[in-house]
Amino acid sequence: MWIEGWFDHIFGQKWNPTYCLGALGYYYFWIVSISGIYVYIFFDTGIPAAFLSVEYLTNEQWWLGGIMRSLHRYASDAMVAMMVLHIIREFAFDRYRGGRWFSWITGIPMIWLIIIAGMTGYWLVWDVLAQYVGESTTELLDWIPIFGEPIARNFLAPSHIDGRFFTLMTFTHIFVPLFLLFVMWIHLQRVAHSRINPPRGLAIGTFIMLMVLSLVVPATSQGVADLSVAPSPVALDWFYLWVFPLADIFGPGMVWGGLFIGSFLLLITPWLPPAKKVTPAIVDLGNCNGCTRCAVDCPFNAIAMVKRSDGAAFEHEAVVDPDVCVACGICVGSCPTATPFRRAGDLVPGIDLPDLSLATMREKVDTATAKLEGPARLMVFGCDKALKVDKFRGKDIATISMPCAGMLPPSFIDYVLSKKMTDGVVVTGCRRGECHYRLGQIWLEERLDGNRDPRLRKRVPRDRILRSWASATDGRSFEKNITKFKGDIELLGPYGNENPTEKDEAGQ
Amino acid sequence: MKQIMQYIAQGVVYVGFAWFLASFAAGPDYARIPEGQSLIKFSFAHSAKSKGGCRKLSQDELMELAPNMRKPEVCSRERLPVSVKLSMDGKVLYEDDLQPTGLHSDGPSKTYQRIVIPSGNHTITAYLKDTVREEGFDYISEKQINFLPGQSLAIDFTRSGDGFIFE
Repeated sequence: MWIEGWFDHIFGQKWNPTYCLGALGYYYFWIVSISGIYVYIFFDTGIPAAFLSVEYLTNEQWWLGGIMRSLHRYASDAMVAMMVLHIIREFAFDRYRGGRWFSWITGIPMIWLIIIAGMTGYWLVWDVLAQYVGESTTELLDWIPIFGEPIARNFLAPSHIDGRFFTLMTFTHIFVPLFLLFVMWIHLQRVAHSRINPPRGLAIGTFIMLMVLSLVVPATSQGVADLSVAPSPVALDWFYLWVFPLADIFGPGMVWGGLFIGSFLLLITPWLPPAKKVTPAIVDLGNCNGCTRCAVDCPFNAIAMVKRSDGAAFEHEAVVDPDVCVACGICVGSCPTATPFRRAGDLVPGIDLPDLSLATMREKVDTATAKLEGPARLMVFGCDKALKVDKFRGKDIATISMPCAGMLPPSFIDYVLSKKMTDGVVVTGCRRGECHYRLGQIWLEERLDGNRDPRLRKRVPRDRILRSWASATDGRSFEKNITKFKGDIELLGPYGNENPTEKDEAGQ
Repeated sequence: MKQIMQYIAQGVVYVGFAWFLASFAAGPDYARIPEGQSLIKFSFAHSAKSKGGCRKLSQDELMELAPNMRKPEVCSRERLPVSVKLSMDGKVLYEDDLQPTGLHSDGPSKTYQRIVIPSGNHTITAYLKDTVREEGFDYISEKQINFLPGQSLAIDFTRSGDGFIFE
């Protein structure tokens, strides 16, 4: 979080690369694909034609072919870097359990496919490094007793290898990334409103970086392969080829064991203890009018709209998939019936969280604000996954924390202000673009800005609302913002007669 | 001013990432074979003689078979192990009895060995036995080779010709 905070200062929250590591991975994939297509146009299969065609691109056509080759290499390496950081970040922030298990486990085969695609690419150049990769890969594969005779024999001596081998490798190097693209598509199937493109400024910046790198340190070959000479030493691409030195040190059996056990552990990680059971959202058909807002806003596609089952005069009803629901409450925030103003009967919205129902939330707000005193009484709506707001509670500050800031129906802000329960409202949660549940913070902002249903009513004075997004490490700046906001509220004075007239509301 | 500082800091991050990519995209070097050493790759896939030997079929037995199946000899499927040895200047580098592969032990015996040796002038001798003989080897090849540093010698085996092939 500290690191993300620094990047916030450097890039701004909108361009912060740590918030879009996956999207950067996709972006690098496209650079690799486009540069690869160009290189393939000039690539020749055969010995020594493969080596010579790559040398032509690197030396004689350096101004485009050489740059494309370098982009191909560096973007591939950057993709691995993004992949590793993405995995570490999702793990560190506990974003792999519950409804996220699908994205997590579909990411595991992507690791294998990316590494295999990279390795097969290095074979094609047919330089000393390609020879090393070819020998090492086949020796590693030979440990698995499935081949009739050792496939490493293909690299025994110059007479053992022929041009058809390159045709096979070229096919593999094209097929594996295509399959990878398919898995990348599956990876996002449970992610609603997924972002696969980085912000434009970041995309331009990182592309310029790759271009400059390609010009300053162009990718080159390491001399033509010669099977009568051992390929040693070689300048390794450690992003892809780290497995071979490990096989030399620990032996192929240990390496295969490590790779499979590691992959298996990664696969079962979402179900490893400590298990965190959440109670999924529930739909109350009596209050659900099938408006679809909850289904649209759910970040994990956990809500489906199906044909009405209760005979009510609506076309659809919401159905929650309990296996996918993460109980973030964003659906509650999107429900037009989730309004604390309702006093007739029990406060039951169309969709609700059993662990923190809307009725409980109102009760907590009512109780907490009743004790407030002072010239600038504040109600702080916080998020369990961001800065803990409880520690800011005081005689003039009431707090309530929800699973996600996106759970807050805008009418709650109207409620506490128009009922004169407080003089100002503070809304906080994960930093911009950093929402634990991906979209809660974005949706809430849009609702407060009047760009998304349910909108904050126009009658609510905006100068009495502070949005201060803060992660767990941003306590100091948050406190500073609150202190300043208190001063502003004191200057505004107590909340006056700002109840709407019919004319005001009609204008909305 | 703040924005300029931001752009400078962004540049530093980009340069840092580029440096990281360049540092590990082609290096540090890795030496699989220590300096001043050479390599022998000793490998073959070879089927030894049948373990049970072969037997000529009688005329009656042949007539019982379909016309396209009438081979004069029947041999047992199971193969003998291949005994192999590789030595350098009289010192054994590798020695093994390679069992036949396959569910019925009727496949070839195979091996692939990488042996790192000091560079220089050496006498390499390869031995192979693929019959029931109790002593000695069926194939022996010897070669005097001056190994240059980093040189890779392949030793293969084929039943046709001289047996071992030094490449």
